[in-house]
Amino acid sequence: MAQAIKHPTEHKNFWRPATREAITGWLFAAPWIIGFALFTVGPMLFSAYTSFTNYSITNDPVWIGTENYTNLFNDERFYQSLGNTFWIVLVKIPIVTLASIGIALLLNMDLPGGQFYRTVFYLPQVLAGVAAIFLWKWILAPDGLFNNFLGLIGIPESARPGWFYDPMWTKPGIVIMGMWWIGGNILIYLAGLKGVPNSLYEAAEIDGASSWQKVVNITLPMLSPTIFFQVITGIIGAFQIFSTAFIITGKDSNVGGPDGSLLFYVLYLYNRAFGRTGQATLQMGYASAMAWVLFGIILLITVFQLWLAKRWVHYETEGR
Amino acid sequence: MATVIEEVNESHTVLGRRTETRKRKFSIWRLVAWVILALMSFLFIVPFLWMISTSLKDARLAGDGKWIPERFAWENYTEAFSFNQLWGRWWINTIIITLTNVVGGIISTALVAYAFARLRWPGRDMVFSLVLATMMLPGIVVLIPQYILFSKLPAFGFQGSENWVNTFLPLTIPAFTGSAFYIFLLRQFMRGIPMELSEAAKIDGANEIRIWMQIVLPLTKPALAAIAIFIFQNAWEDFMGPLLYLQSEELYTLQLGLRQFEFAAGGSVNWAWLMAGSLVVMMPVLIVFLLFQRFFIEGVTLTGMGGR
Repeated sequence: MAQAIKHPTEHKNFWRPATREAITGWLFAAPWIIGFALFTVGPMLFSAYTSFTNYSITNDPVWIGTENYTNLFNDERFYQSLGNTFWIVLVKIPIVTLASIGIALLLNMDLPGGQFYRTVFYLPQVLAGVAAIFLWKWILAPDGLFNNFLGLIGIPESARPGWFYDPMWTKPGIVIMGMWWIGGNILIYLAGLKGVPNSLYEAAEIDGASSWQKVVNITLPMLSPTIFFQVITGIIGAFQIFSTAFIITGKDSNVGGPDGSLLFYVLYLYNRAFGRTGQATLQMGYASAMAWVLFGIILLITVFQLWLAKRWVHYETEGR
Repeated sequence: MATVIEEVNESHTVLGRRTETRKRKFSIWRLVAWVILALMSFLFIVPFLWMISTSLKDARLAGDGKWIPERFAWENYTEAFSFNQLWGRWWINTIIITLTNVVGGIISTALVAYAFARLRWPGRDMVFSLVLATMMLPGIVVLIPQYILFSKLPAFGFQGSENWVNTFLPLTIPAFTGSAFYIFLLRQFMRGIPMELSEAAKIDGANEIRIWMQIVLPLTKPALAAIAIFIFQNAWEDFMGPLLYLQSEELYTLQLGLRQFEFAAGGSVNWAWLMAGSLVVMMPVLIVFLLFQRFFIEGVTLTGMGGR
């Protein structure tokens, strides 16, 4: 990172150009630095403070010590929302990872029409937003396309899932939806695969390695830094699932869908802070405490993953 | 943490290089793989086709489960947008917010990335590691305090509001400070441009602004295009931001407007209208994608931004 750049101007004028460059540097970086102070660090410090107060924007914050945190740890809905969120992280991330690596491996075989398939897999990524979530609510309706298909393969009507109306099937529904948006992951894994030097495979072929052995002993280790990065960002994203659940549950977003089965962490936090009806709202202190607890959880998991990475992520050491 | 991101992404740029394609012979396994791939891609395209099919059905028959509508109800496309007279307003709002984000985002990203890639200044590496750290920061931590901040910042009657809430300001102004992911991407890209070009210009008496604008920026066009497209898509499809900050209906964006379908019909959703409306709202991003596919795909590979 700290790569020194040699400047020919340096020996002409001893310090003036350097000083000028220092000023220019700070000026060029100023937009981000100002934004960081104003929109990130400032708010974070303030939120750390409000998490120890009773605060609803209109009144002045009242210091209540750790009460928000102790209330949080006695809040049933907090645990429910945390459980729902962990469910998504634990089920979705492995499936998404396996599926995207699998498809990337197929795309990497240079099969005819590969370019076209690549575009098709990426297309849903473009079709995001509210419109796409409505589309899936429609497909996973009890009499929707998905259940029609289940009927075609002989599953009787009584055995077809109620998806977003049945607490048992809401979260699987969310995961199925999520599978439509793995195009970006596929492309990144594909780029990773293209970067594995052919010489490694050729050497393995000479040693008589099978295709499977090549995947396990060459491809996956070489791909591990990419997998690691994708898993980390994927987990951080999955913990913050909001819009999908909010739109799917529609007017029930305050209760988080059937039996609260779609009450995800950020949805609950949103309800506490901004929910328009039902329970007490504008609880900024409580919501801030919730945000910090989630931050702590994500941080712990990321640190754990970094520690775990030493055991499975393979970094090329030469040439860096 | 910073070094991990660095290494991963650096490998991406290396990977961008074309690998030699070896001559492949036909084999039964390749045929099987091809069939799986074809089936999978069919599954990926089906929801989209279903959307088109539903959008052309008679509202009453939207749930009949047929692929080809009995009658092509093209009028859905006009009717969907006539049920609420604010649709035109919502289009304009979305376009204003999106374009401001693209312009602001590109200018700030280009400036900041230049500072990290091509200038030497005390504290640069420390500030850059802060940039990397914010990439890992869950947005939820700043959501509440930002809302509080914007509810206190004066708007001086802009869009009829005393503070920033219920104006476009919270959805546009932060874009002018750049976002860590794009800054990182562009910095990697700018580092690849030979320093000699800048030095030659400096000897000819050009100042940094001129070098930035006339030498470095033209050479980073592909990366800038990719970033512009990502900002465009994210701003167009943003839901949480408008949901938090836009309260009066005249200020809504299309994403919030789409939700009105659910409330308009009084309980039962008119799926044919909703699918027609959704398709039209998706169209600008879809067109940009089809026109600039190459930049999209290169951009994903470069940023490592997949599942968002």
